[in-house]
Order: sequence, then C-alpha cells, then structure tokens
Amino acid sequence: MKYIDEYRDRALIKGLVAKINAESTKPVRLMEVCGSHTMAIQKFGIPALLPEHVELLSGPGCPVCVTDIGYVDHAVALARRSDVILTTFGDMIRVPGSTSTLQSVRGEGAAVQVVYSSMEALKIAENNPDKKVVFLGIGFETTSPTTAAAMQAARNRNIGNFFVLSAHKLMKPAMTALIDDGVKIDGYICPGHVSIVTGTAMYEEISAAYKVGCVVTGFEPVDVLQGIDLLISQFEAGKPGVEIAYKRLVTPAGNTKAWDLMWEVLEPCTANWRGIGDIPESGMAPRETYAEFDAARMIPVEIEAPQEVKGCMCGAVLRGTHRPTACPLFGTRCTPEDPVGACMVSHEGACAAFYRYAG
Amino acid sequence: MKRTEIRLDHGAGGSAARELIEHIFMSRFANPVLSAASDSAVLGAPPERMAFTTDSHVVKPVEFPGGNIGKLAVAGTVNDLAVSGAKPLYLSAGFILEEGLSIELLERVVESMARTAEEAGVAIVTGDTKVVERGSCDGIFITTAGVGALPDSRAGIGAALHVQPGDRLIINGALAEHGAAIVCARNDLETDPVIYSDCAPLCDLIETMFAASPEGIRFMRDATRGGLATVVCELADMREFRIELEEDALPVKEHVRGVCEMFGFDPLYLANEGKVVAVVAKEEAQAVLSAMRSHPLGREAAIFGTVGEPGKSRVTMNTSIGGSRVLQLLTGEQLPRIC
Repeated sequence: MKYIDEYRDRALIKGLVAKINAESTKPVRLMEVCGSHTMAIQKFGIPALLPEHVELLSGPGCPVCVTDIGYVDHAVALARRSDVILTTFGDMIRVPGSTSTLQSVRGEGAAVQVVYSSMEALKIAENNPDKKVVFLGIGFETTSPTTAAAMQAARNRNIGNFFVLSAHKLMKPAMTALIDDGVKIDGYICPGHVSIVTGTAMYEEISAAYKVGCVVTGFEPVDVLQGIDLLISQFEAGKPGVEIAYKRLVTPAGNTKAWDLMWEVLEPCTANWRGIGDIPESGMAPRETYAEFDAARMIPVEIEAPQEVKGCMCGAVLRGTHRPTACPLFGTRCTPEDPVGACMVSHEGACAAFYRYAG
Repeated sequence: MKRTEIRLDHGAGGSAARELIEHIFMSRFANPVLSAASDSAVLGAPPERMAFTTDSHVVKPVEFPGGNIGKLAVAGTVNDLAVSGAKPLYLSAGFILEEGLSIELLERVVESMARTAEEAGVAIVTGDTKVVERGSCDGIFITTAGVGALPDSRAGIGAALHVQPGDRLIINGALAEHGAAIVCARNDLETDPVIYSDCAPLCDLIETMFAASPEGIRFMRDATRGGLATVVCELADMREFRIELEEDALPVKEHVRGVCEMFGFDPLYLANEGKVVAVVAKEEAQAVLSAMRSHPLGREAAIFGTVGEPGKSRVTMNTSIGGSRVLQLLTGEQLPRIC
C-alpha cells in the first residue's frame, strides 16, 4: 500500500535500528506527546528494537486522557437535559466522570451520539432544529481548527442550535510545563498531526529556551525510528535542535489557513489538565464574537462537585514520571473493559496501549 | 404477492400470513419435512452424537457486497456446527420483520438463504415469522438454529482438549473482509476493487480438512466477531498456553488494509464470516494446508502461528518490522450489528 509499505520496509528499519544501537552510548529519555505515537510505538513493538538505556516516555498527548474530570461532569450534565443532543468522538463515551459516564447516561435515555467529525455534529443540528446539539470539542491544534470551521459554518448557514463545549488545548504550554515541573526530558518526539497545522516555530522556542531536542515525526515504524535516531544523534553530540522527520506532510510554516481560522474563532484560556493541573493560556475557548455557539455560556446546567478517583496514577503517567505498570490499579481494578482512569479508556492512552500491546 | 411491503397482518396468522409463508418461504425452502407443514419438524436422529447451536442476526445494512442477512444467518449457524466437527443437517429460521419492509428485499434474502442452505447441504425444516410495527425493529432480524451429526472421533474439538505444544495454527484465507465490507457499506465508501464479505458456509472445506487428516485437527473455531485475535486469545485462555503468531504470515488484502488504516481498525480484530482458525498437529500441518489450498474457500490458506508451552496464557505476535507485541481480547464495542 503506497505511503504505508515504504515506511514499514524491513531493510530500512533494520538499518535505522543498527544505526541507533551503534550511536547511542548513554541513558536518554525521549518523550512522545501524541497518542498516535504511543499506539504506534507499542503496536509495532518498537521498544524491543532499542537499546535498554533508551527510555521512551508517554506524555500528555492523548486529548481524551488529559481532559479533566470536571469537563466530563459538565458533558454529562448537558446530556441529561431533555432538549440536548450531545455529540462526541467515540473515545469520550466511556471516560469516567465523578459519578457517571456518557455511556451510562445514554443507557438512561440521554441522547448521546458518536460522530466522526464536527461537521457531522453540525449536520445533526441542522436535521434537529428543535434540539440543542452540543459538540464536545476535544483535541489539540489538529482538531481545534475543525471545531472552529464548524462554528463558522453554523454562523454562515444560520444554524442557531449548534453549540460547542470546548476542551481544546494547545501543545506548547504542556510541553514547557512538564520541564518546568522538573520532569527530565532529553528530547521530544513531536506530534506529526499537530505539527501539520502549527509548523515548527513553537518547537524552536522550546528547544532554545530549554536546550531540549524536538523532532517532528510521523506514525509508521520508519518515521518513529528516524525521529528517535535524529534525537539520539543530537543528544550524543550535545546539540539539541529542531528537525522534521515527517517532511512529506509537515512544513516549518504549517497550515496557516487552519491556524488563522482557529485563532479567529477561539482564544486561549486557562485549562485544567488531568494529572498536571491548571496551565495558563493552554486551553482554547470560543471568543466573545462566537459566544452564541458556546455551550458553557449559553446552556446553563448544574455540575456536580468533581471527585477524583483514589489510587489512580493517570497524572504521574501523563507527566511521564511513572510507567502505566507502576500504578497499583493497572490491569487489576483498571482495565479497558472497566477503566478507572482516562489513560485506560482512550484507545490512544498510555495505559491502554501498554495493556493491549505490552501486557 | 400483490403487496410490495410487509404489513402487520402478514404476521397475524390469517390469510395474509399464509400467503406470505407459501409464496415467500415454502416455495424456496421446499423439502419433504417442511412441506409436511405440521407444527414441528419430525426428523430421524443420526446414529452419532448431535451438535446443536443457535444464532441471531441483526446485521446493518441488511444487504452488503458479498451477501445479505439471509446468507449470513444460514452460513453462520452452519459454520458454528462445522467448526465443532459436526456435519450440519437441519436448520430452523425465525424471522422478525418490520412493518413496511420491502417484499422484494425479503424475497432476495430468502432466496439467498435457500441457495446457501443448498450449497451447505442442509435443509431448513421449520420456521416462524413475526411482524412488528414500524420502528420496533430495523427491517429484518433472523434467528437460525441448527443441528448436526458429530462423529465420536471429533468430540472435544470445540473445547481444544487435544491441543499440544508445537501444534500449528492455520487460517483458510485473508482477514477482515466481512468487517471491512460492512464498514464500507455503512459509510458509502467505494473501494476499487470493491471489498466483498467473505460470508460462506465452511462445512465442505472443513470436511476436506478432516479427509486430509482425520486425527491431526485438534481445535477449530470460526473467527467471527472479534476477529482472529479473539479466537487465538480465547484458545490461549482455554488451555493456558502460550501462542506465538507471525504477522507476516497473516494474509490481509491490500484494499482491506487500506480501509483499516483509514478507520483505525486492526484487521486482526475485524469480523470474518467465512474464516476458520484450525490448530493442527505439527506433522499434519502441511497436509491440511495443501488440502485447504485445493478448495475454493482455502486458496490463500496459511500457517500463521505455533502453540507454545503451557503456563500463563499469553499471545505474542512477531511484528512485520521485527518487533514483538502482545495480543489481548478486544474490549468495548468495535462495530455493533456486524452480523
């Protein structure tokens, strides 16, 4: 299959693995901050190919995993209103809130529908003019522009019953917050999809300020290994910098059209990250000029007081200080069938990836 | 039939119901037992043990490339019998029809049930039809049950009683075609070439395998919902074996891989409706493989794994890039109403 087989080529992979093994002389900690990287690394069995002293950490890159419990409670409260159809990407359905999940309220009769895009949610709004259709805006710079596009389309097409409950987040504040917080990271495996939109300017700032390598890469084994190889070369040479190992899609300038649209409709706000806490200017919420599509402003609901689960180590896992298997609940009280923490729920969560592929 | 749509009186037991049964069902399923038209089918019992199974079918959409709910309902039950080692003999068929269902569609479904039953050498000997008001079901649901004759030498195959370390795992062809066909049909996605469901009765292929090695086949299961990975994980759990798979040996067609990549599905977990996973004694594996490849439903058969030593059950797969990973049971709902 074109664009896939080339990047799973065994000879290329063998060459890269040999190069990494020859080059890497000292312990190094590399963090990926994208859920798709977490999955790809485990699915292809990449850790088994690397020297033992190359440590791959999973950072706060799964948008579902970093969504705080209060947001889930807010979504549950909205879904319970009889005049609301709540639309969401599938992964959010099973994320536990304080006392319920969207899946349970759906079972109780709430209208909760899984969609594949924000535009699908908009279509549901168009087809159900007597309902308030709320779309859960989840994700980083990859998905925020698509939420913005749906809000803009709602305005252009006069669809007044479409609303967004935004938990959109920005990648850069999380990457810097982790280092500020004392997590030791020698290099970032930077997210391929986010970078298609953002370009690499933000990594230049991070790399210069924190002396940490930032390599953007894709999600096939050759991409991931090439990214790791570049980071290790930088690390061994003591010259951290920014490189793109995903040039077939990522440019330094990024997708300016998507970027501009995102900033036209959304603005930065303080956001709560599960496991990390409040990070200023790290979330994206609808601007005043788009307030009529903001579910938080327009649809009042009473939200229960958040209750975090005792013993769950999602926070430490998201900060890369602990591996999923270090959590006492991992694989016992917390499994993909009956998850306690969000990292086990999301398909791209570090705990789910470990459970599924590395058990 | 004068009407073009199913109405509530088609299920009311009166003249409309009778017309439906005679014109749609009896004419196509015709066989001496059914034609006796009594309240029960009266059958002679086989001298061996009997295998008995049932399955309900709710697939959405009702028709898809490579089949429809009728073909699925017959093949599914036939396959459940065949992988237990039984020779399928008789089926029952219960229909729940939604008011407003197109009679032409119903005829196509029933036609395809009759054809599949003939292909599998089974007779549909009893049945039932109910009609529910619009909105109370989605078009058509079919429940089939089936009985088959199970030779003594094959008892224990379904329970993996005789599986041993060193045994080989074989599959009769490419993975994930039913699941991918349904995904495409639901999302109006046209691939080139079109992906057809692999839905087919496997009893003849399975008899070919037994003919090649009457003693060497130690376990069989059809890899339906949850796909091949689920069958292998369940096998590992049944007898607490380690099992090792080779990703490169597993056949997946190019366009099926494409659909899986696009939707984020793992072909190992997508449903098949015409695939059997067999565990075969190491020394018999090549003979069984050759026999399978000589059959139209086994042309792409492949040996893809080995049963390891007993211990904590664990399924690992050597990935095509030379790494290794664990396979686990599927969690959550991947694709509701796949069959």
